[in-house]
Amino acid sequence: MASYEDLAQCVISGDRDKVKGITTTLIDEGKDPLEIINRGLIGGMAVVGARFKNDEMFVPEVLMSAKTMGLGMELVKPLIADQGMPTSGKVLLGTVQGDMHDIGKNLVGMMLESAGFSVIDIGIDIEPDKFAAAIKKENPDILAMSALLTTTMMHMKDTIDLLKEQGLRNKVKVIIGGAPISQEFADNIGADGFAPDAASAADLCKELIA
Amino acid sequence: MLIVGELINTSRKAIKPAVEKRDAAFIQDLAQKQVDAGADYVDVNCGTMVFNEPETMAWLVETIQAKVQAPLCIDSPNPQAVDVGLSLAKHGQPMLNSITAEKQRFADLLPLVVKYKTKIVGLCMDDSGMPETADDRLRIARKLIQDLTAAGIPEDDIYLDPLVKPVSTGDRAGMEVLETIAAIKDEHPSVHGICGLSNISYGLPNRKTLNQVFMIQTMTMGMDGYILDPLDKTMMGFLYASRATLGQDEFCMKYLAAHRNGLYRG
Repeated sequence: MASYEDLAQCVISGDRDKVKGITTTLIDEGKDPLEIINRGLIGGMAVVGARFKNDEMFVPEVLMSAKTMGLGMELVKPLIADQGMPTSGKVLLGTVQGDMHDIGKNLVGMMLESAGFSVIDIGIDIEPDKFAAAIKKENPDILAMSALLTTTMMHMKDTIDLLKEQGLRNKVKVIIGGAPISQEFADNIGADGFAPDAASAADLCKELIA
Repeated sequence: MLIVGELINTSRKAIKPAVEKRDAAFIQDLAQKQVDAGADYVDVNCGTMVFNEPETMAWLVETIQAKVQAPLCIDSPNPQAVDVGLSLAKHGQPMLNSITAEKQRFADLLPLVVKYKTKIVGLCMDDSGMPETADDRLRIARKLIQDLTAAGIPEDDIYLDPLVKPVSTGDRAGMEVLETIAAIKDEHPSVHGICGLSNISYGLPNRKTLNQVFMIQTMTMGMDGYILDPLDKTMMGFLYASRATLGQDEFCMKYLAAHRNGLYRG
């Protein structure tokens, strides 16, 4: 016997040894795969996100929890291929042109996936036209851009301007983040939102899509 | 040992409004306090002023120098802001923070390093991105040393920043840096090392403890430059104490002087 709570707890404590066993037990007991994900795996990660935001859990613990969730997901995902993965929305994610920083971006991606978003991470040093091309191809609900440098943050504006030129701006919500970024800067360059940390980014995406 | 006082940076909450209001007294006071506390150089960073960085840099440099005699560390990757800052710097040998092995940035900034005969901070990254391992860092470090000395810059003016990453996202992040410093010092004893300390503790609680420990560990491996808050008496206490125990402080004179000046809190 295993419960969704056991699985969620396993994710919260980042217990990579036990997660496969509990997930397999739930599957063998005939539990609905979507419930295993939503109430167990993502359910646990939601608690992690909230605690992270409150400074009760810290980056290494979040990484371990996300890894734990991923191990469970690998077992459940094949079972729901037909009905498709449930998703809160699709987010296209990348670090802007000239900027190689990926730690913050990766944390955001992880928190978004943990909140049930499907995330397409196109990497670092992404030029405006590459963002635009990816939007055309992937049709995301939200574009999330990261910059850690004062020298690269203006490429966020370049990207937004290019999206306007190409008639794509109204197709996506745009959010931005990174050390030098502020709400004021987001307002100035016409972004839809700014998040000061990875957990807030997930909340922001939920608000923008709701 | 070279201490760069990091407090005049417009990304810090208290600084931005003072710079926007052109509050000269506030900036001069902060510069003087850092020098009094043991900073050899005063860092000047106004990178967040993206719309008028060169103009802001000029005001900061002139304002600080009107009151404070210490040399400045012009902290920007923007060639226009760097040029303005260095052209106005008049006390001692200025420092530039920083050049990298990225082709464009190296080509843009090298002529300014040569023209103004600066000390130069070389950040160990290149166009392939952020280094992961000590080997990645050493490859870039060797390239920087080679290209800078080929341009006539003495090894003694080169301060390599190994690029510190958070230990919260990689268990070996600290070790990769420690191994890098030891290897650089081994290959090029006259080249210096420098770094900031706050990256190491990103994502973890009690960051000051990690920052302090990492200063002591890097110093033990041969690091001889730090960009830090000299008003942090605990940190400065560890710095002077480490210098004494590492044999860098004859008759413990600096340690004792710091003690008498009230800079050290045990």
